[in-house]
Amino acid sequence: MAKHHIAFTVNGDPVEALCETQQTLLDVLRDELELTGTKEGCGTGDCGACSVLVDGRLVCSCLMLGIEASGKSVETIEGMGRGEELHPLQRKFLEHAALQCGICTPGFLVAAKSLLDRNPDPTETEVRYWLAGNLCRCTGYDKIVRAVMDAAAEMRRA
Amino acid sequence: MQERVRDAGGPAGLKVIGTRPVRPDGVDKVTGRAKFGADYNLPGQLVGRVLRSPHPHARIKRVDTSKAAGLPGVKAIVTRDDFADQASEFVPAGEMLINYRDLVRNVMAREKALYEGHAVAAVAATSASIAKEALKLIEVEYEVLPHVLDVDEAMQPNAPLLHEDMITAGVEPAPKRPSNIAKRVEFALGDVEKGFAEADVVIEREFRTKPVHQGYLEPHACLATVAEDGQSDLWVTTQGHWIVRAHCARLLGWDISRIRVTATEIGGGFGGKTVVYLEPVALALSAKAKRPVKMVMSREEVFRASGPTSGASMRVKIGARKDGRITAAEALLNYQAGAFQGSPVGPGAMCAFAPYDLANVKAVGFDVVTNRPKVAAYRAPGAPISEYAVECVVDELADALRLDPIDFRLKNAAREGTKAAYGPKFGPIGLVESLEAAKTHPHWSAPLGPNQGRGVASGFWFNIGGETTVQLQLNEDGTFNLVAGTPDIGGLRASLCMMAAEELGVDVSHIRPLIADTASLGYNFLTGGSRSTFAGGMAVVEAARQVIGQACARAAKLWELPAEAVTFEDGMVKPAGGNAGKHQPLSLGDIGRLAGKTGGPVVGNASITAHGAAPSFGTHIADVEVDPETGRVGIIRYTVIQDAGRAVHPGYVEGQYQGGAAQGIGWALNEEYVYGEDGRLQNPGFLDYRIPVASDLPMIDTVIVEVPNPRHPYGVRGVGETPIVPPHGGHRQCARERHRPSLHRVADVAAQGACRHRKGASQRRQEAENQGLSAKCALGECWWGLWPDSALGLTTRS
Repeated sequence: MAKHHIAFTVNGDPVEALCETQQTLLDVLRDELELTGTKEGCGTGDCGACSVLVDGRLVCSCLMLGIEASGKSVETIEGMGRGEELHPLQRKFLEHAALQCGICTPGFLVAAKSLLDRNPDPTETEVRYWLAGNLCRCTGYDKIVRAVMDAAAEMRRA
Repeated sequence: MQERVRDAGGPAGLKVIGTRPVRPDGVDKVTGRAKFGADYNLPGQLVGRVLRSPHPHARIKRVDTSKAAGLPGVKAIVTRDDFADQASEFVPAGEMLINYRDLVRNVMAREKALYEGHAVAAVAATSASIAKEALKLIEVEYEVLPHVLDVDEAMQPNAPLLHEDMITAGVEPAPKRPSNIAKRVEFALGDVEKGFAEADVVIEREFRTKPVHQGYLEPHACLATVAEDGQSDLWVTTQGHWIVRAHCARLLGWDISRIRVTATEIGGGFGGKTVVYLEPVALALSAKAKRPVKMVMSREEVFRASGPTSGASMRVKIGARKDGRITAAEALLNYQAGAFQGSPVGPGAMCAFAPYDLANVKAVGFDVVTNRPKVAAYRAPGAPISEYAVECVVDELADALRLDPIDFRLKNAAREGTKAAYGPKFGPIGLVESLEAAKTHPHWSAPLGPNQGRGVASGFWFNIGGETTVQLQLNEDGTFNLVAGTPDIGGLRASLCMMAAEELGVDVSHIRPLIADTASLGYNFLTGGSRSTFAGGMAVVEAARQVIGQACARAAKLWELPAEAVTFEDGMVKPAGGNAGKHQPLSLGDIGRLAGKTGGPVVGNASITAHGAAPSFGTHIADVEVDPETGRVGIIRYTVIQDAGRAVHPGYVEGQYQGGAAQGIGWALNEEYVYGEDGRLQNPGFLDYRIPVASDLPMIDTVIVEVPNPRHPYGVRGVGETPIVPPHGGHRQCARERHRPSLHRVADVAAQGACRHRKGASQRRQEAENQGLSAKCALGECWWGLWPDSALGLTTRS
C-alpha cells in the first residue's frame, strides 16, 4: 500500500512524513516524527493523553488521521516552553506537585493552555469541566486544578 | 485545605524532610522528555501483536500458524509450544503470590482458553498492519465450554470446572472432588460464639462487590532485543524490573544474567504492573526473529487481559454490648481470583477487622476461580473489599446503639499493644489520632443541606519492607548521584533525594537520582506494598552514613588524625575534640576531589532487607448530595485523614491520599466490569468503564497525621495504599442491584440518609430492613442512592 506524503508544521517547524492511510496524527507524531511527548492512553478519544492543538483547536490526536494534518499547524507538549523557560502552567504543575506518574501530564498541559488561551480567568468549575476530557488516575485532580488556577492568576498579573 | 497534625517527638531540626522541593524528574515530565514504556524504539524493530481468545472458556484443540508464517513481513510467531510447562511453585510477587504453572498458562493459553482475551498466539512483523493481518491468518480450533463468571455460581458443585484437578487447599480432610475453590484461609482469635452470646445487638449483613481495573493510563508496553548469543535487553513499564527479569528467565528457561531489564518511566501501576504479560512473549519473538520486538497493549487489551482486582460476595456479622464495646466479629469472604488461583482473599481476611481491638474475631476466606482475567494486585489488594463490608456493619451498629460513629470507632479502635486478628501486636499506630482529628475537623460538624448526607469510615493497610539496594556516589565537586532500583511512580526519587540531602547536609538539588537497570545495581524487590519510600529511605540513610564515614576517614588520613578525632557537621568534615580548629574544615566537594589520592572513589552501597514496616491507618469523611429527580449522587466535600509516620514530601503524601480516595470513589460510583451472557466484556474502554474525571470530584482535603514509625530513621510509614480502603467501592453494587427498579425510591431513601448520625437512624434502618436491604455503605446511607453511569458527560470543547 502506497504511503501518503504529508507536510505540516509542528511547533512552528515545517515537517514532512510518509504515512499509511489509517495512521492517526498521534501515530505520525510518535512513530514517524519521534515526538513521543504526546501519549496514547486509549486510542479512542476518551483519555486526552494525546491532546494537541491543530490550528489552535484542542483535539485528541488519536482521533485524527495523519493525512488530515496536511497543511495545518500542530502544537504539542514539546513546543510548550518559551525558549529556555517553562510555560507558567508547566512551572505551576511542578510547584503544586500536580503530577505523580506523569503520563497524563502532557495532555493536561496542552488542554489547560488551550483553556487559558480562551479564558484567562476560569472558575474552578470551568477548569474542572474543560479538563473533564483528560483522565488522571493518580492525583484525584485536586492539585491539577489548583495548579491551573494558580498559573492563570500568575499569567493575568504578568 | 491541606494540614498536618504533628507529633511532639521525632527527630528535631529537620531541614529538608517536610519541605516541598520540585521533584528531580519533574521537568522531564512536563516537557514530554520523560520516556515511558511505549516511547522506546530500536533500529530494525518489529511490531508484536497478540491473538486473543474470543471465548471465555474453550479447549484449544489446534493452533495452525502456517498461513500467517507465509505472509511477507512476518518474522516470528510464538504459541504455547514455545513455552515449556512449569511445575507448581508459588513465589512472592509484590503483595500477591505467583504460581509459575499458572503464569506460563496466563502468558500463553495451553490446554484451554480460560477467559475472553486470553493470549493464544503472538506474531512479530515488520509493520503493525502486517502483524494485524497475520493474526487473522492464524487458525485456532476451539471446543467451546460452558463458562462461569459469578463467584457464588462458581462455588456451586455443578459449576463448570476451570481446572479439572483443583482440590481446595486448607480444608481438612481434603475434598475428594475437584472444584473452583482453590483455597480456604482463616484468621481467628478468641471465641466468636461466646462473644456473640455476650452481645446486646448483633447485626449480620451480606455484601457483593464487582471487579474493577487499576486503570493506569499507560497501557502495558515493552521493547525486547535478543542477540544471537542469547544476550537480551528489555525495556518495560513495570513496578519491578528484577521481578520481570526473574519471571522471564523462568518462563523462557534462560539464565538470569542473560536478561538485562530497564524500567522505563511508568505511567501508573497501582499493583497492576507487578506481573508479566507481554514481556516473555516479546523476548521469545525477538529470540526467534533475531530482531528487536516492540509490543504495546491497546486499551481494550488492558481491560480484557490484565488486572483487575477481585469481585466478591461476603457476609459480615458483628455484635456489641450496649456500652458500645464490640464483643465478637465474624466475616465470610468469597473472592474471585479470575482464571487462576491467587485472589487477595488472604490480605482481605487479615485486614477485615484490623482497625478494631477485638477479643473474639474470625475471618474465613475462599479463593475462587472464574472465567475472567486473572486478578492482579490493586492498591491494598483485598482490603477495600472486606473493610468496606465491615465498616458498613460497624456504622449500622453505631446507629443501633445510638452512638456517634466516630465515638463508636474510638471505643473499639486498635491502638498500640492491640493484638490484630491476623497475629501480630501493633506498635505505635495512628488510628485513634486519625479518628480524633476527624472528630475535631470542621468538616465533621459543618451543616448539611437538603438531600445531602455525610459518612465516615476508617481503613488499614500493612505496608511491607523487602530487598532494596541503593548506591550513593560522591562526585568530584561534592554533588551526588543516587542510584536506586525501585521504579518511581509518584515522587519516590524526590523523597529519596530529600532523605539523602537531610543526612548529608547538602542541597537536594545537588543529588541527581537514577533508577538503574537490573545489571547496574544489586537486587531490588518491586515498588509495591507502599514500601519504596520506607525501604528505599532506610537504604539511602545507610548509604549516606557510609559516605559520611568514608569522608571522615579520608580527612583523618589527610590530617593524620585517628578516625574518631574527625566529625561531620552541617555538610562539612571537621577535626573534633582536642583537635578542633586545628585544621580547616573540608567540604564534601574537597573530599570528592581528593578521593583518588586518599583511597579511591567515595561510594555508599546499601543492600538491605528492610524490616519494620509499620501500618498506616486513615479515616475519611465524605459528603454527598443526591439529586431527587435523577438519583445522581455528587460528592460535594471529601476529607482524608491519615497517619504518614513522617511525611517526607508532604505534597506527594497528599497526592497519595487524594489519588487513593479518587480511585475509591470511582470504585463506588462508576466502575465495574460488565459482562454479557456470552462471557465477553462489554465495556473494555474508558468511555464505558468510566473512571472519575475532574468534573466528578470536589477538592479533596487532607490531614497528615504523623505518629512516627520507630523502626525507620525518619519515622516513615508507607502511605500509598491505605487511602483507597475507606471510600469503599462495593456499596454501589448493593445500591444498584436492589434499587434499580425504583429510581425515585432510591433518591427518597438516599435523601433520608442525610444527617444520618443526627436523627432518624432507627426509622431509616427499619425502612431499609423492610425493603430487604442487606447492606449499608460506610460513607453514609445516602450512598444507597448511587446510580451508575453518571449523567455527567465529557466536556464539550470548542
